[in-house]
Amino acid sequence: MHEFLQQVINGLSLGAIYALIALGYSMVYGVLKFINFAHGDVLMIGAFAGFYAVPMIHGIFPDPWTTTAAVLIWSMAVCAVLGVVIERLAYRPLRNQPKLAVLITSIGVSLLLSYGGQILFGVNQKAFPDLLPPIRVSLGSSVTISGNHLLVMAVTLLLLVALRETIQRTRFGLALRALSQNRDAAALMGVNSNAVISLTFAVGSALAGAAGVLYAMNIHSIEPLMGTLPGIKAFVAAVLGGIGSMPGAAVGGLLLGLTECLLGGSDLSSYRDAIAFGILILILLVRPSGLFGSSAAEKV
Amino acid sequence: MIRRIVLLLPILFSLASCSKKQEVGIPVGQFASLTGAQATFGQSTDNGVRLALDEVNASGGVLGQPLRLITKDNQSKPGETSTAVRELITRSKVVALIGEVASGRSLEAAPIAQRSGIPMITPASTNEKVTEVGDHIFRVCFIDPFQGTVCAKFARKLGAKKAAVLTDVSKDYSLGLAKSFKEEFVKEGGMITGQQSYSGGDKDFSAQLTAVKADNPDVIFLPAYYTEAPLIIRQARQLGITVPFIGGDGWDSPELVAVGGPAVEGCYFSNHFSNQSTDPKVVEFVKAYRAKYNTDPDAMVALGYDSLKLLADAMKRAGTTNPAKVTAALAATKDFVGVTGKITLDAHRNPNKPAVILQVKDGKFSYVETIAP
Repeated sequence: MHEFLQQVINGLSLGAIYALIALGYSMVYGVLKFINFAHGDVLMIGAFAGFYAVPMIHGIFPDPWTTTAAVLIWSMAVCAVLGVVIERLAYRPLRNQPKLAVLITSIGVSLLLSYGGQILFGVNQKAFPDLLPPIRVSLGSSVTISGNHLLVMAVTLLLLVALRETIQRTRFGLALRALSQNRDAAALMGVNSNAVISLTFAVGSALAGAAGVLYAMNIHSIEPLMGTLPGIKAFVAAVLGGIGSMPGAAVGGLLLGLTECLLGGSDLSSYRDAIAFGILILILLVRPSGLFGSSAAEKV
Repeated sequence: MIRRIVLLLPILFSLASCSKKQEVGIPVGQFASLTGAQATFGQSTDNGVRLALDEVNASGGVLGQPLRLITKDNQSKPGETSTAVRELITRSKVVALIGEVASGRSLEAAPIAQRSGIPMITPASTNEKVTEVGDHIFRVCFIDPFQGTVCAKFARKLGAKKAAVLTDVSKDYSLGLAKSFKEEFVKEGGMITGQQSYSGGDKDFSAQLTAVKADNPDVIFLPAYYTEAPLIIRQARQLGITVPFIGGDGWDSPELVAVGGPAVEGCYFSNHFSNQSTDPKVVEFVKAYRAKYNTDPDAMVALGYDSLKLLADAMKRAGTTNPAKVTAALAATKDFVGVTGKITLDAHRNPNKPAVILQVKDGKFSYVETIAP
């Protein structure tokens, strides 16, 4: 029982990271209806931005919690700028071309970032410094939460609430929702679609940046190809939750994290990914548009 | 017409310069993971091979000709090795192949070498299946069953009664080591409490480690590569697991300590070679390596070095570079003195060599003991 609870905590923490990444996929899909496959590599850049900034930031803020917060904010800022630049240079010129062209371009951007990263940062993995002291909060007799896991869950919750409020209550949010319903109609109503799309990429990439730092803190290392696997898993989480849906992305991420940890700690650990993805296929067979996806029929 | 000829001239010139640059020497092919996930393995063996190459060529080469090394990088990726090996055999016309640390990638190359009748020496692939591919495949390292046995014996010596095993299901190497460790540990009176697995490239191991922790083992056997081992150990320490980890030669890389930091202190692993050895041949080798590369050699360096030296020796004994004759000479290898010990190849083309146990101490790999077969 204790072990089960411990695995649930591990799963929630891993799932929270997937959720943060999945939100970026879903936001971009909601607006532009294409999958930005470079998203996982933006996460990697976020982790590296954090890695190189740690010594400097640590010099300014000696307190570990403030350092961590500053590193997170810095990485989010770097990724936000990167996201906007990628959209402006690679995706906007193809805005009115077939969706497939943009999709292939995003795979190209992904390869550019990861293999460019190998040249820039070196191929070997680097140790990510322990930003937080090794604290463990006990829950009951043998269930504990590490500082890192607490941080992941707290930051994710904070960002999710902030994102929800932004989408529901701000003019940007309104424009984003309008754009995701019908881009042409929104443009006719005076929504500056280029600005909104840039901002969408900025917000989505900033979330990936935060996820990058949190992920690196949990796995203790970074390398230029680190974004690929979480990127794919988060993409699956987004599809599972219903791509284009924000709550769907969050729930999909948590579900995937939980499944992985509960299976990973069992006797079936060799088949972990196979079973996790098998469950996903089953869910999609029953609900093709995902858990939270709108299943409205195409109007003819 | 004249314009066309003028346009063709540069092409003709470049062709001419190509054929003029006919390279001399006996072509020897090497395929290695110079970049990608296991880059330090490939770079180390390559450094060792090149040091041996320099020495062989400085002392007059083989059969009056220098050896010419052609190296291909497989980026540590499955699938790339077969392309590299085919290219080495068909285009570069190599007479022998040296290659790969990772057993999975050697297994990819071996059938191609076997079919083409080209002898192949793997410096460090310890999985049994590699040399079983055929009579052209040789190795200069010990094999997994022995390595797993050594680790199990050592774990019992440490006084461990309960051991957990964490295996990488995507690596032949890891599966082989885990199997022989479990058999020997149980035979020696120990108990295997938990078996967990992960897949190469995974980054988050908290689920498996939580399960391992619940069983309370005295020692954890982790037959992983240096890429995952330090991550797993650091995450284990975060979860409050304090028992030592034991691993195999896959741990042998400066990255184990660079990434693992204080978490890997006190852990043990079996290896082919210790650069702290006082054997005069090893001392001389370490000195030569330091002079050339300005750092200490690891076991992969030593095995790469021995591979090329053994190949040169076999060519000399064969008196020709004909692949079939070199293969026969390699198969007859007896008491070849390498820096990783005396090599005598058995009927399965495997050497019978002792292993050393190293411990991570103050960020260095220090010698603990030698375990004979």
